[in-house]
Amino acid sequence: MIELDKVAYSYGGGELLSDISLTVQPGSFHFLTGPSGAGKTTFLKLIYGDLLATAGQVRLGGTDTRAMNRDQIALMRRKIGVVPQNTQFLDHLRVADNVALPLMASGRDAGDAQTNLDELLGWVGLSNHRDALPPQLSGGERQRVALARAVIMAPDVILADEPTGNVDWDMSQRILKLLIELNKMGKTVMIATHDMALIRASKAQVQARVLRIANRRLQLAGADL
Amino acid sequence: MKPLSSAFSFIVGDPQADRVVPPTGFTAQLTSFSAGAMAFLACFALALSVSSGRLADRWSEELAQSLTIRISAPTEQLEAQTQAVLTVLETTPGIRTARALTADEQRALLAPWFGGSLPVEDLPIPQLVDVVEEGGGLDVEGLRLRLQAEAPGAIVDDHSRWRRPLVEAAGRLRWLSVVSLVLITGAMAAMVTLAANAALAANRSVIEVLRQVGARDAYIAQAFVRRFTLRAGMGAAVGTMAGMIAVALLPSTDAAAGFLTDLGFRGLDWLVPATIPLLAGAVAFASTRVAALRTLRTMA
Repeated sequence: MIELDKVAYSYGGGELLSDISLTVQPGSFHFLTGPSGAGKTTFLKLIYGDLLATAGQVRLGGTDTRAMNRDQIALMRRKIGVVPQNTQFLDHLRVADNVALPLMASGRDAGDAQTNLDELLGWVGLSNHRDALPPQLSGGERQRVALARAVIMAPDVILADEPTGNVDWDMSQRILKLLIELNKMGKTVMIATHDMALIRASKAQVQARVLRIANRRLQLAGADL
Repeated sequence: MKPLSSAFSFIVGDPQADRVVPPTGFTAQLTSFSAGAMAFLACFALALSVSSGRLADRWSEELAQSLTIRISAPTEQLEAQTQAVLTVLETTPGIRTARALTADEQRALLAPWFGGSLPVEDLPIPQLVDVVEEGGGLDVEGLRLRLQAEAPGAIVDDHSRWRRPLVEAAGRLRWLSVVSLVLITGAMAAMVTLAANAALAANRSVIEVLRQVGARDAYIAQAFVRRFTLRAGMGAAVGTMAGMIAVALLPSTDAAAGFLTDLGFRGLDWLVPATIPLLAGAVAFASTRVAALRTLRTMA
């Protein structure tokens, strides 16, 4: 369970997020909306410990992220799959190696998880690209590689930051479908997006809670948008 | 066996971790080159250290076991006083041999200053008696007093007057070479740190990705540490090999006597420079690890 209790985040003398409280139940599906620069990315970074709250508490499984040391944050990130807004890869490694990177970083042999890796690449529709290098991929392909990388450790939570920001409508539907599938497997999914059409498109497929960040605060925008 | 494999894994790191860092090209080459150059210099510093130590020991031992008696007397008394000195020496405990130098030997000693045709017999040159000690039982002060009574022109020279500065000089040379080794080690640590910092800065995005997917600092640091340790070790091995060949090619003492021609390793001394690549690897390991962990702490 993810809990935010009166969380604030300040940077450079200005408060970006203020007095945010939220409980994210396991297996739930959330959209996080708001205008550009509202703080959606900051919100997600607070959840996976890339940023630490300047006030209040972000608790993951009951532990305040500010009380975690660097190793504990690293271990926690293995349970949270992140699809960042600007997908970054190790450009000298093949797609398959990039997807297997969390396994390598956790000291597991990527070779042992070969079957999972093949299935995962098939699931995101990139079986034919396993030996390609990241710079050879299109925007949609990069997003799907990032998604595969985010889920290879079988995390409990998937955080996706504008996963459809740089892709066409068909591709955004395909990515949304993958995220909904993950939710149906029991994963908690939170998608930050400013694309209201995407949220509407999900309506028939998943019961989602829609949150909106505006004026530094979090508002419940509704469950039936 | 497990602690051994753990130690080995700690030193050489995880080859899989090494893959995640892209080839660091220039910085890795810089590390190899600087480690090689430093190892080459370290070889000479070590040779100087070993040689000066050997020289100091030799001077101390050889000169400590001998003394010279100089007899200055009017020509008509010289023979009698020399005989008296030899008689005293024969009955003095702690002396292995004692003999008066011949005119030819004395002429040879003076030849570097006056040439070989010096008529020693016609000049009022003191008679020299060479004494070699046995063990350490000679009472030099007692001998001095006895000779004063038996041969008033005899002066005992136990070489301490000029032995001490020589041994001190050799000691200082040794100290200087140790300081050089320390400086070389420090310079190499600085160069490896700079190269590692450059590699870490160039791979900031790689580190960010690794942190994002849950890599611990130790894992990320290991990838860089392994690379720089192996590079430094290999560079130092080549530099050491070149340094050892260069030292081996220095002129030998047979060709011309003198301190500089005695510079080098002998026998088991040759094993000493073999430790340089290990030391270089250890320095690279420590400096890269410190640099990597310090850089990682500045990142989220």
